[in-house]
Amino acid sequence: MKNTHVTTTVNGDAVEFICEPEETLLDALRNRLGLTGAKEGCGTGDCGACSVNLNGRLVCSCLVLAAEAEGAQVETIEGMADGEALHPLQRIFIEKAALQCGICTPGILVAAKALLEKNPDPSETEIRYWLAGNLCRCTGYDKIIKAVQAAAAEMRSA
Amino acid sequence: MALDGNEKREFKVIGQRVKRPDGIDKVTGKALFGADLTAPGMLTGRILRSPHAHARIVSIDTSAALAMPGVKAVVTSADLAEPEDDFFRDIKDNVLARDKALYDGHAVAAVAATSRSAARAAIRAIKVEYELLPHVTDVDEAMKADAPVVQANRADESVPAGSSPNVTSYFEFGHGDLEAGFAKADTILERSFKTAATHQGYIEPHACLASLGHDGRGELWCCTQGQYNVRTICSEICGIEATQLRVTASEIGGGFGGKTTCFIEPVALALARKSGKPVKIVMSREEVFRASGPTVSSSSDVKIGMTKDGRITAAQAKLRYQGGAFPCGTVEFGAQAAFAAYDLDAVQTLGWNVLTNRPKEAAYRAPGAPMAIYAVESVVDELCQELGLDPLDVRLKNAARKGTLASYGPTFNDIGLVATLEAAKAHPHYGAPLGENQGRGLSCGFWFNFGGNTCVSLNINHDGTVGVVEGNPDIGGSRASISMMAAEELGIGYDKVRTVITDTNSLGFNDVTDGSRVTFAVGLATIEAARAAIREMCKRAAQIWGIDAEAVVWEDGAAKPSGPNAGDHPPMTLAEIAAVMDNTGGPIAGHHEVNADGAGVSFGVHLVDTEVDTETGATKILRYTVFQDAGKAIHPDYVEGQMQGGAVQGIGWALNEEYIYGEDGRLQNAGFLDYRVPVASDLPEIETVILEIPNPGHPYGVRGVGETSIVPPLAALSNAVSRAANVRMHELPMSPPRLLKAMSER
Repeated sequence: MKNTHVTTTVNGDAVEFICEPEETLLDALRNRLGLTGAKEGCGTGDCGACSVNLNGRLVCSCLVLAAEAEGAQVETIEGMADGEALHPLQRIFIEKAALQCGICTPGILVAAKALLEKNPDPSETEIRYWLAGNLCRCTGYDKIIKAVQAAAAEMRSA
Repeated sequence: MALDGNEKREFKVIGQRVKRPDGIDKVTGKALFGADLTAPGMLTGRILRSPHAHARIVSIDTSAALAMPGVKAVVTSADLAEPEDDFFRDIKDNVLARDKALYDGHAVAAVAATSRSAARAAIRAIKVEYELLPHVTDVDEAMKADAPVVQANRADESVPAGSSPNVTSYFEFGHGDLEAGFAKADTILERSFKTAATHQGYIEPHACLASLGHDGRGELWCCTQGQYNVRTICSEICGIEATQLRVTASEIGGGFGGKTTCFIEPVALALARKSGKPVKIVMSREEVFRASGPTVSSSSDVKIGMTKDGRITAAQAKLRYQGGAFPCGTVEFGAQAAFAAYDLDAVQTLGWNVLTNRPKEAAYRAPGAPMAIYAVESVVDELCQELGLDPLDVRLKNAARKGTLASYGPTFNDIGLVATLEAAKAHPHYGAPLGENQGRGLSCGFWFNFGGNTCVSLNINHDGTVGVVEGNPDIGGSRASISMMAAEELGIGYDKVRTVITDTNSLGFNDVTDGSRVTFAVGLATIEAARAAIREMCKRAAQIWGIDAEAVVWEDGAAKPSGPNAGDHPPMTLAEIAAVMDNTGGPIAGHHEVNADGAGVSFGVHLVDTEVDTETGATKILRYTVFQDAGKAIHPDYVEGQMQGGAVQGIGWALNEEYIYGEDGRLQNAGFLDYRVPVASDLPEIETVILEIPNPGHPYGVRGVGETSIVPPLAALSNAVSRAANVRMHELPMSPPRLLKAMSER
């Protein structure tokens, strides 16, 4: 089957790529556009390491076809910082040691940002359930939850 | 210069919670992990795997695959070298099966093609003729005399005559008169246990990018816990001289022991050699479960005698571990660790390693210890319940301490078990009230810790900054800890030091990142390398001042005259000495090469409160506290992180995780949907209490902390659930159906 041509917007930039019809958005981001921040941990939507924002909705990019990105707005971990200024979540994840190996970190940051945009003052339980689709095998989640709480508090007072 | 002693205890940098150097790369998506690198002209490699648990490979026909468009190479076992050593030959026969497929998922052949879809199609076009053989996946079944034979003639000289051919090695440890010990007991309990195989569950699947030119020179990029180990294994399996294969470790997305061997790297190199192009292989999650190493599953019997007042009089454990289709040594660790927390007059542990038709076992955090200590700590808890004794008091009463003859042979030096138990007893968690269907459990845990081969270079730069070069992949913040130790010893700021992890051709040999060895051994070598650089800097200052080098001391990051007799010279800082080093003898660097011993053992105690749902069998964790001796916590955040992460992996092991095999010997749950690791909503806060009982074997007192934390959760959870559900559990995981069944039968 012939490749498909896709025109889309990633982190505010207009981009084009070609992809195979069965190719996932995750593969297109990583292999066609060189945006390797989103990771493939499972390919089945169970681990959340590939989380991106598609038209304002948090998705597992391994479960979205690349062709579906036609005309869409895609936001990835690479677009989270404003130039040199880290997003508060990114900065506080470093300050509070909320990562060990760091493979799940991009997906968790994208997911946590989506949560705080929806709910600026989530309870601990709400954070834990929102992030239940993002697996982390290193931290036991404790410092991640505390970092999200701290970032939420800082962003509310800003 | 007072630099030789290990008495340094006043710290400026150590113990601070500094920002890790790779933090920004990791929160912005810039960090390059195994699958993130590409090369010009790169091909995609893919592996064909056996769908059968046990089958003779009659023939492999690759002609149709090779004829397909875009297919550049196909390899089988015949394309690999013939290592003489069993250790390497087993890895070779695991990465590509020789004459038998030994488990569901065993690699049989591999292709390299110009696209992923072409590689996938080529895999389907390879024709393998199998002759099915009877299989066995359960350890107790595999030990029966008439069990299917996984591999013949693999038993070593330790195996008693008359054992099943699947038993590959046998161990015995202990001391004292068991019979006399049991005779002194008021109560003797003997119980049998089973634990399921679990997977390390790192979120990053194995990935590598290999090139191997016609000039015989190879480059390999891969996610690994040890690039030197990868080099050794691949050199043997692919027939390459070590120096011709440069291995670079990517950032690593979790390992937990599972990335201390090779699964795909020799295959990628063989494909690269045959195709003449770089080849990238990335495992799918299904492949990770089916074909990379899980931990062992176990079956065990533990017998313990106790007096009415809680003194253990004798203890015995029989441990049977299956480690998949190749010989492994894991039960030895279990047999050594089982009773490490106890000071016993009479103790014996026996262990059998057994072959089954399952994937080749790989190390998993404190390999062998969790399942042995689970069984021991469960029986101790049941004895406490039966005799009406406080489980913490009983542990304190029998606790190993300095001078205790450990059940596995050595006599303990300074150890932190008693302090750790006392911290748990004094903590508010231990006395907090419990409600209906709730129970509290505790368990001790232990790990030996390791030192090993280590090589560090420390370079002084002209501008007064310092570069540390080491060879151990950073799996949880170790670059920060290593930089901190260099800064502490040199007396400069943490921000003046940068630690990099280098490739196999740029530094001498280093053992893998395992055995909780990095902060201990690489830290020790870094401190010694810094001391070597300090000696040279003192010499340079002496030269400038025209005095003897012995008359110069190093304090607060500067060389100073040692006293009034040495003359009146203003101190020269590291930066000032570095600025003029070209004129005082040239570059200044410190090195240290060591096979480090002196890694202090580490003990932990976990407390957990659970509530069981009597309708569903589900267990909720209400509260969890980890107490652990770190010797000295270099970066407390990352020490806590190890304690929390290990605890949660242990929680998964206790409650949900298991390899499930069907009657056909196929793995039924090779994905994160059906192999359920803990998620954030399953858990409460994991509280941590760090104890610091210095390890005399390290200049700052460091003990490894990475592994001990996975050991106690199994028994702590089992004891808590057994008390909450009022029925004693003897099998892991305590998944809801299993707990519900146990409650219905109580």
